[in-house]
Amino acid sequence: MSDRGDHQVSEQVAAVKLTSITKRFGSVAAVDNVDLEIADGEFFALLGPSGCGKTTTLRMVAGLEFPTEGSLKIFGDEAGTLPPNRRPVNTVFQDYALFPHMTVEANVAFGLKMQRVAKQEIAGRVQEAISLVRLEGLEQRRSQQLSGGQRQRVALARALVNRPKVLLLDEPLGALDLKLRQEMQGELKALQREVGITFVFVTHDQEEALTMADRIGVMNEGELLQVGTPAEIYEHPVNRFVANFIGQTNLLDASVVSNDTVCLANGVHIPGKSDLPVGTRVAVCLRPERAGMHRPEEVPADQQSVVGRLESVTYLGNALVYTVVLDWVRLEVRRENQPGGYRPHVGEEVAVSWTLDAISVVRA
Amino acid sequence: MTMVADRPEGLEEAAVATPEFEKAAERAASRRGFLLSLPAYAYLVLFFAVPLGIVMIYSFATRNRFGGTDLSGWNLDAYRKLGEPIVRDILFRSLWLALLTTLICLVVAYPFAYFIATRTPLVRNLMLVFVMIPFWTNFLVRNYAWRVLLGNDWLFTNISEALGLGERELLFTTSAVVIGLVYGFLPFMVLPLYASIERIDLSLVEASRDLYASGFQTFRRVLLPLSLPGVIAGSILVFVPSLGAYVTPEILGGAKTTLLGSYIVTQFLTARNWPVGASLSFVLMAVMLVATLVYFRTGGRNL
Repeated sequence: MSDRGDHQVSEQVAAVKLTSITKRFGSVAAVDNVDLEIADGEFFALLGPSGCGKTTTLRMVAGLEFPTEGSLKIFGDEAGTLPPNRRPVNTVFQDYALFPHMTVEANVAFGLKMQRVAKQEIAGRVQEAISLVRLEGLEQRRSQQLSGGQRQRVALARALVNRPKVLLLDEPLGALDLKLRQEMQGELKALQREVGITFVFVTHDQEEALTMADRIGVMNEGELLQVGTPAEIYEHPVNRFVANFIGQTNLLDASVVSNDTVCLANGVHIPGKSDLPVGTRVAVCLRPERAGMHRPEEVPADQQSVVGRLESVTYLGNALVYTVVLDWVRLEVRRENQPGGYRPHVGEEVAVSWTLDAISVVRA
Repeated sequence: MTMVADRPEGLEEAAVATPEFEKAAERAASRRGFLLSLPAYAYLVLFFAVPLGIVMIYSFATRNRFGGTDLSGWNLDAYRKLGEPIVRDILFRSLWLALLTTLICLVVAYPFAYFIATRTPLVRNLMLVFVMIPFWTNFLVRNYAWRVLLGNDWLFTNISEALGLGERELLFTTSAVVIGLVYGFLPFMVLPLYASIERIDLSLVEASRDLYASGFQTFRRVLLPLSLPGVIAGSILVFVPSLGAYVTPEILGGAKTTLLGSYIVTQFLTARNWPVGASLSFVLMAVMLVATLVYFRTGGRNL
């Protein structure tokens, strides 16, 4: 079909491939020119604050929303204009959307029934799916008689029983309380390994994305800002927004002086690698747990530092968070709660230090 | 009116709470509730239950030779007369027309109610007002308006000729009656349907489509079962008054198609056979009662 068709046969086909996808509601672009490839078998997270376009993106893959422009391919087949019932994907909805007038069993069987699968096969596959999510014994219950966690499992079984090529999950753990959520994170991950299907899930919870996903796509205001493994995103955020959204961070305003030097807002030149043009306004991203803290005169020679006054200490049990105030920035330093070591008092002058590999320079 | 129990009379002093005080307060509250609802009870008994009793008594009485009614000598003659072909035909015709009216209303109202229920709140309210606008005009006047419309030779001759049906009379036919009934009772179908569809979580529709159901399958498997209470409520609200309709058949149906309502009136006023009119009224009520019971049974199971 395409002029490059010959080369592509040997390459692995992406499970989902978005090319220049845009979705406009009226004049507002909810999703703005997004390019994204999700590999077969991958556990992929779309992460961003509410209203960033992640759910709209997911709904376009599901077929519940049609793109305004662009190409959407599912395993190489153009699918952007297909109705949802003709796509090889299934969705786990945010509030599960279980049919309240049906039993658990009927909910799970619904998709197979609609595809006119033979009766005996339906019975077998439904049982299999129900035991996969460990809901044996609850087949005849209605969704109103289930707990949040059980509903979540029914929703999973109802989607997985169809053996979709891609499973879409819209804030799958959003409606659960903290403890159950952490439990389900592990379970979802294990489930994905077991069934080997591509999972694409949408979340606003960065911790959830870091814990579960093989790769993360960070979105804001309709744009896809960065795609990468959790480590890449955490350690090398592309800009201030990503750095701030993923985990805690200190951002020091600076500008690029050369490709290995930046000038901090206080006028000090420090080493910092970037390939941005000279003069670009940037931020030096220093994670609280990667910052060191010393007496101003005891900073090791191989480390950069800034000096400020210790404003407060927050005791977290397993760690301590020190807030250090400078006249141009406020920094947080996180130290594991270990015996001995340097324990400054509030009001003391301290040096916040870092090694070159602890920081990254990001676009402001 | 507050729901908080006042102190019973004679206990003005603040005192330690006792079970006796609590009981007395509860008794006082229930007595007050009864007194306040007495006007409504009295009205219903006087103007509904008593006349109903009189009608029942008459249905077991006998018509005498002079067109009066003898209240002595109870019998079931009036009910037996309902088995006669003329009356039976009228009964079946009325049932059939009421059923047809209900079906047409259902088919017409469902998509409309779904459309309203899926609009933004502002549009939704505006459309609901439009549904209710006809009620601002007298029912009788509206039926006469239909008489003018349906009797308009120019309008309907042209339409039926354009449709290739040749010249056709519409006024004073059964079709005219059904048209009039559908028009008159459509809002009673739209409103309960709207109310039940509006409560359905639309993500269920999306889930159904996601699970390979076509639009029609989604309607049949998800929307329809979940809106069943509205379907049943609307059907009864249309079926019951259609069955006993008097004004519309009288104005649009002319003399050719007698329906139950007209027949009962004739029995009372023209034929002066009160027992038959009364017994027919009771049979009609029984049918409506059954319909209402069906609704409560089905509605109760689904909600």
